[in-house]
Amino acid sequence: MNDAVTVRVQREDFDLAAEVSALSRGRADIGAVVTFSGLCRDEAGALSALELEHYPGMAEAEIERICREAVKRFRLEAAIAIHRFGKIMPGENIVLVVTASSHRQAAFDGAGFIMDFLKTSAPFWKKEHRADGSAGGWVSAKDADDTARDRWSQND
Amino acid sequence: MSTINLVYFSWVRERIGKSEETLELPANVVTVADLLAHLKTLGEQYEAALEHQNVIRAAINQEHVDHGEAIAGAREIALFPPMTGG
Repeated sequence: MNDAVTVRVQREDFDLAAEVSALSRGRADIGAVVTFSGLCRDEAGALSALELEHYPGMAEAEIERICREAVKRFRLEAAIAIHRFGKIMPGENIVLVVTASSHRQAAFDGAGFIMDFLKTSAPFWKKEHRADGSAGGWVSAKDADDTARDRWSQND
Repeated sequence: MSTINLVYFSWVRERIGKSEETLELPANVVTVADLLAHLKTLGEQYEAALEHQNVIRAAINQEHVDHGEAIAGAREIALFPPMTGG
């Protein structure tokens, strides 16, 4: 099961299509692949960039823990999570999650589970750079993200 | 006294004015909550950074912990705001 999980925390962009084809190449046991990618919004033109800070070491370890939990819980064949850091412009990628399983529901659920936990426990912080040049603030954590995470424990 | 490596992130880092430091801790600093209380005695920046103590998250040796967690044996303690990745 060790090769089932791929985690990368990187400054560089990623290629969604390349990740999916690498994951499914030569495999006949995968019946469903779900991808989620999170992009930087411009907030109706107000934002010029997001600065993503992370805790090196812990970020990778925490995302890997979440992915392994998802693989076990939903019996995924594979999971990939890639999270970028540094300065990210509107329209650019921030995060990618790919899950693969025999059947679609497990892949959908696995991707949702990974994102909900990633948002609430992976050590990343977003700082806004504003288009008008004024000092942007740090993005506040949302209660809705905690609620989204907590629904997974209610289903046990 | 024990020596501990501290790392700070996001606005905790900005308000304290440094990303890491090594401190000697008095013996009566046993838990994360004790550590936060002790840091607030070190100056205005620390007071400003840790003012809303309940909001501050902590990790010991890169694993999330509650404020009640004992810090004995910790190599590295990180303090940061709630996470906003994804």
